[in-house]
Amino acid sequence: MLVWSKRGRAGAWLVFGILAGVVYGLPAAVILCASLARSWNGVLPSGLTLGHYAQAVSGSSGAALEASLITGVVASALAVLNGTAAALALRRMEGMPRRVLDAVFFLPSAMPSVSIGLGLLVAFSRPPILLNGTIAIVFAAHFVLISAFTFGAITAGLARLSPDYEQVAASLGARPIYRLRRVTLPLVLPYLIAAFSLSFALSMGELGATVMVYPPGWVTMPVQIFGLSDRGDVFHAAALTILLAASTLAALASVSLVPARSAAR
Amino acid sequence: MNSAAARGIEAGSVDSQLADLAAASLAKEAGAQGAGGIGFEGVTVAYKGSIVLADFTLAVRPGEVLALIGPSGSGKTTALRAVAGFVRPVAGRVSVGGRDVTDLPPHARGIGMVVQNYALFPHMRVAENVAFGLRARHAPETEVRAQVESCLAMVGMAAFGRRYPRELSGGQQQRVAIARALAIRPDVLLLDEPLSALDAQIRHAMIEELARLHRSLPALTVLYVTHDQSEALTLADRIGILRDGRLRALGPSRELYRRPPNRFAAEFLGGANLLPVVIETPDAGNGFSEVRFGTTRLRALRPEGAAAGETRLLCIRPHNLTFVPGDPAANTVLARVHEVRWKGELHDLTLEAEGRTLRLASVPLRAPPEPGAVVSAYFAPDEATLLADEGDG
Ligand SMILES: Nc1ncnc2c1ncn2[C@@H]1O[C@H](COP(=O)(O)OP(=O)(O)O)[C@@H](O)[C@H]1O
Ligand SMILES: [Mg+2]
Repeated sequence: MLVWSKRGRAGAWLVFGILAGVVYGLPAAVILCASLARSWNGVLPSGLTLGHYAQAVSGSSGAALEASLITGVVASALAVLNGTAAALALRRMEGMPRRVLDAVFFLPSAMPSVSIGLGLLVAFSRPPILLNGTIAIVFAAHFVLISAFTFGAITAGLARLSPDYEQVAASLGARPIYRLRRVTLPLVLPYLIAAFSLSFALSMGELGATVMVYPPGWVTMPVQIFGLSDRGDVFHAAALTILLAASTLAALASVSLVPARSAAR
Repeated sequence: MNSAAARGIEAGSVDSQLADLAAASLAKEAGAQGAGGIGFEGVTVAYKGSIVLADFTLAVRPGEVLALIGPSGSGKTTALRAVAGFVRPVAGRVSVGGRDVTDLPPHARGIGMVVQNYALFPHMRVAENVAFGLRARHAPETEVRAQVESCLAMVGMAAFGRRYPRELSGGQQQRVAIARALAIRPDVLLLDEPLSALDAQIRHAMIEELARLHRSLPALTVLYVTHDQSEALTLADRIGILRDGRLRALGPSRELYRRPPNRFAAEFLGGANLLPVVIETPDAGNGFSEVRFGTTRLRALRPEGAAAGETRLLCIRPHNLTFVPGDPAANTVLARVHEVRWKGELHDLTLEAEGRTLRLASVPLRAPPEPGAVVSAYFAPDEATLLADEGDG
């Protein structure tokens, strides 16, 4: 704490609270109210209902929640796998090749999601690889979009790992695979978890690329919400938004419950 | 040191079978080929083009404790890393137990290594840490358990198997790191400044403990890296002194201390007094030479190949100088008292003679002299050596 006096600290908290309330709280509160409103014509909504939620977990909206969760898990898992492999491979490299490859892996984070969606559409709409109209192209879009962040998080974790652990393991007779499994990966597990969480949260909220590539039958939550609000079905969209946020948070919370013992450093 | 050359000479003088025998025994003597020794032959290591270990040749004999000392950055850790296989020499060979390991990956070398900050695996309990090497080799579980138990007992940590490393003190972590290295039954143990992270009190106890450990494992070859000369003098059979990636001196600890081969060894090991002198009489009888320091005539051990008129450095250990309050007698240096430091029973003195500083350590004095007083400092001629005056050493 930089502020020491009791009163000063209380003041700081008050200012922080008001700012946080306006920036985060107000929109969330409005959405929450809308999701529960039967109609909203005046300043405040009128009539409470859980009907929108019932609608949200059934039919096409229920399918959207499922599609989003599956896409998030699959794309994040692939990104973590790929990011770990890439970060491990690049770790021992130095100089120019390392900088070039680093840049390549970070490139997607600098690309607008719409460009990535368009790029995938153009690339995979004709043979030899035809992905357009399949679920795979959604996974691919999400994977491309989040892989840079995953790679960054894992690289940062590996950079903080002292080479001593692996060298001692090697001197004790551990072969590379055994070392990776018993020493390196357990020691960077906290970073893998963080990378997965970040990827999953990004994937759950992804709209720009998805909206360009999604096939019929694989409508993700953001696409569904976008469509609903486009058609003026704001209350239903609000309920879905709340559900999206809640399920993302729940998924992240369960990931963070992975035994912290191995994370101890 | 150069056993190959020695072998060559031997081979020329006797018939071939005998020569082979002699070569084998010489090799054993040199340690490089004997069971469990460590051999460096012309090992050169470079990081990004800058050489940090230059043409390093050293044979650690089986069962020996050899301390490698030197200032920070002199290449001590690099030498250990070359044995363990963490760094690849650009030239030269490394052998362990007579086996050339230069091209073997670290995991195939079977060496026990304790790094400077121990690097205990934080996600494993103490017992799992110690078991790691055996599990990596897929040893049977009963053997693993027995070996973990005995290794932990050996370092006095039997009761701590279920703790995590973070729940241990520095000294305890150190013991576990040693137990972990010993669990794979290595012939060779590499210790990189194992006591540097501990505070002075524990360090003293640990030196004793390490000495005891080696007595219980007499076949274990230990290469011990430290920048602390007292650790080296206490523990090591032989000491090698590194400077700027080069081995500057090597010898039995006592020998190296009493008769340092050069200026750097004299100063780094034991902080000797070095006085510039001129040789008057190279052979003054009884194995002594007579030298002149300013106008004072002194005696010291006769160096090899000394000629009258040559300049040398007279090397006297601070605790070999005693304080003579009375008249100047033989082999004394007249000096002015610069500083007197009282250390309980004993005193440390700094004197000045002919513009040179003389340090006296651990002198018992009833009435210490005042700074400025003129005194004479005596040393026994057989405790003073004459070193070549080679500039900065
Ligand atoms: N990984 C490395 N990359 C570049 N230089 C290094 C590396 N490790 C050590 N050095 C350099 O090599 C020299 C010797 O280092 P080291 O063997 O660790 O010395 P010591 O253990 O005697 O203090 C030092 O000058 C150090 O800066
Ligand atoms: Mg070092």
